[in-house]
Amino acid sequence: MATTDMPATAIRSAFHPDVESYEQVNRDADRLLTKPGKGYLALLGMAVSLVLLMVIAELHNIWYGLGMSGLTNPVGWGVYITTFVFWVGIGHAGTLISAILYLFRAPWRQSIYRFAEAMTVFAVLTAALFPIIHIGRPWFFYWLLPLPSQRHLWPNFRSPLLWDVFAVTTYLTVSSVFFFIGLIPDIAAARDTATHPMRKKVYTILSLGWRGTDREWRHFTRAYLFLAALATPLVLSVHSVVSWDFAVSIVPGWHTTIFAPYFVAGAILSGVAMVVTLMVPVHRIFRLGAYFTETHYDRLAKLLLLTSLIVGYAYGMEYFMAYYSGELFERDVFWDRVTGQYWWAGWSMITFNAIIPQLLWIPKVRRNLNAFFLISIFVNIGMWWERFVIIVPSLAHSYEPWKFMNYHLTWVEASILMGSFGWFFMWFLLFLRYLPGLSIAEIKEVLPPPMRRHDPAHHMAQTDASGTQVEVYPTGYYA
Amino acid sequence: MSKLRTGVLGVFAHLDAATDAIRRLKREGFEITTYAPTPRHELEEAMETPESPVRIFTLTGAFTGTAAGTALATWTSIDWPLIVGGKEIVALPAFSVIMFELTILIGALSTVAGLFLLGRLPHIGPPEAPMYHPSFTGGNFGVFAHAPRDRYDDVQRIMTDAGSEEVLVDHR
Repeated sequence: MATTDMPATAIRSAFHPDVESYEQVNRDADRLLTKPGKGYLALLGMAVSLVLLMVIAELHNIWYGLGMSGLTNPVGWGVYITTFVFWVGIGHAGTLISAILYLFRAPWRQSIYRFAEAMTVFAVLTAALFPIIHIGRPWFFYWLLPLPSQRHLWPNFRSPLLWDVFAVTTYLTVSSVFFFIGLIPDIAAARDTATHPMRKKVYTILSLGWRGTDREWRHFTRAYLFLAALATPLVLSVHSVVSWDFAVSIVPGWHTTIFAPYFVAGAILSGVAMVVTLMVPVHRIFRLGAYFTETHYDRLAKLLLLTSLIVGYAYGMEYFMAYYSGELFERDVFWDRVTGQYWWAGWSMITFNAIIPQLLWIPKVRRNLNAFFLISIFVNIGMWWERFVIIVPSLAHSYEPWKFMNYHLTWVEASILMGSFGWFFMWFLLFLRYLPGLSIAEIKEVLPPPMRRHDPAHHMAQTDASGTQVEVYPTGYYA
Repeated sequence: MSKLRTGVLGVFAHLDAATDAIRRLKREGFEITTYAPTPRHELEEAMETPESPVRIFTLTGAFTGTAAGTALATWTSIDWPLIVGGKEIVALPAFSVIMFELTILIGALSTVAGLFLLGRLPHIGPPEAPMYHPSFTGGNFGVFAHAPRDRYDDVQRIMTDAGSEEVLVDHR
């Protein structure tokens, strides 16, 4: 066998040139699980107080009824549904990164997907609260489930609202399962290095006795692939189904065929923005520069830019169709969005989602973490406004002028909206502290395996500018 | 099906050393269990691992889901035939969403069931190979040769020749 000796400089992955070995991944992932500082506790405290605020507001809402919200005729859907759509959308980027990029064998996915996927699970968990809050009498939630009433009357399967129940519960289940299955080998790794007896015990139970045997990996890799293949059409369908909650009705501003792709693109836009919003602080606090490299941010920025362009195109198309269809009510609603009562919401949505992200065309902005972080915050805000603009002004300004009516946010709704962020960040912070935030096993897939022999046929070694040997994996996985 | 409960465990820092050991041990007729921190095709090739049948679970589950979605929506609609929104009683375009969601849901859950059954997760009772080393989720590869006690010396020699860092023998 033709072999040459290993060069003095180690071979590195082109994606993670600063990661020296398999063990380093374990050490760095364990670093996330060590004792948290005061800053962490302060953040967690803030998140929990927001959750308490939400609980108080919701109890108020239950006790005095839905009249405590600003919902009235004709605006029957307001901040609750806006926030529901917002959080479901946030979840989409996580599945895009974890499942779709997995199928595409995109090697830059490995180090960020765990965060993204955790974000998905918690975002959908947050979203799922809102229909329950919105129905006003949460204890009747089970009416949404396919159970017959005592008169044997079943839910209406022809209704988009019931499709949504199926879509969101399926999404929550499948993304949680996908998240947990991916975690098993990494929890096992955390188990093997854990020193605290309680942690060791919990990780032992959660890792299901995983040892990384050939049998386990053989079935695991296939199962993971099929889960990714199932999650891919699912993620594209979920926001389509959410969009049909609107598009299947006849409200002007809602009743358009463009809604499904428009919502999916918007979902990915907001989700990628949220990934960046979460990644940058985690990167800074835990100094994860070896894992979140310039390449990762660059690709995320391009994804954000692409979806922003699609969303911008959809905004333009909506106006074009409103104009070109000659439909009076449609045209009026769209004109009202940018000039009427809610002009500021309409314009902030256009500015934040379609105009500000265009800055990412400039490579310098893409590589500047502060700038990118700021843009991601703008997009997060803009995407919340987008959902608001779709929902409220359309209802407030539908067919008959005598029922044009405004909608006013109440403290109950504002508290529940803020509480939803607390709820989301509470789960995310707990996740960071207790479960491996870096996908230990999967990052190793894009690292060069430790080899005794340096086989030129296998390693396309190149020397970079600083004289370090860098291994190039064209696919990121194996050829 | 069941492998010998005794044997020798080799700890390997290098993947090619581990695959060398696997090939030589297999040639000697030993059954092998490997440990790896990450799935590597080199190990699968050395072990000559066949394709995992998890896909059958996925397919069966997905089709069961489609059928269940169709049946649920259709049967409940026929059970109390009430025209809503001017749609047919059995409105397949509307039901397609339910059919799709249940395809994915049951397909995914049955994939997980396949993984658990075939991969023997969660592990309850004695593991497949009696020896393990915590570095196998870190950076090391492990090769456990299921061998009778009188052949421990042969296995140890092969492992050491192949480049094992440490050879652990099951002395129970």
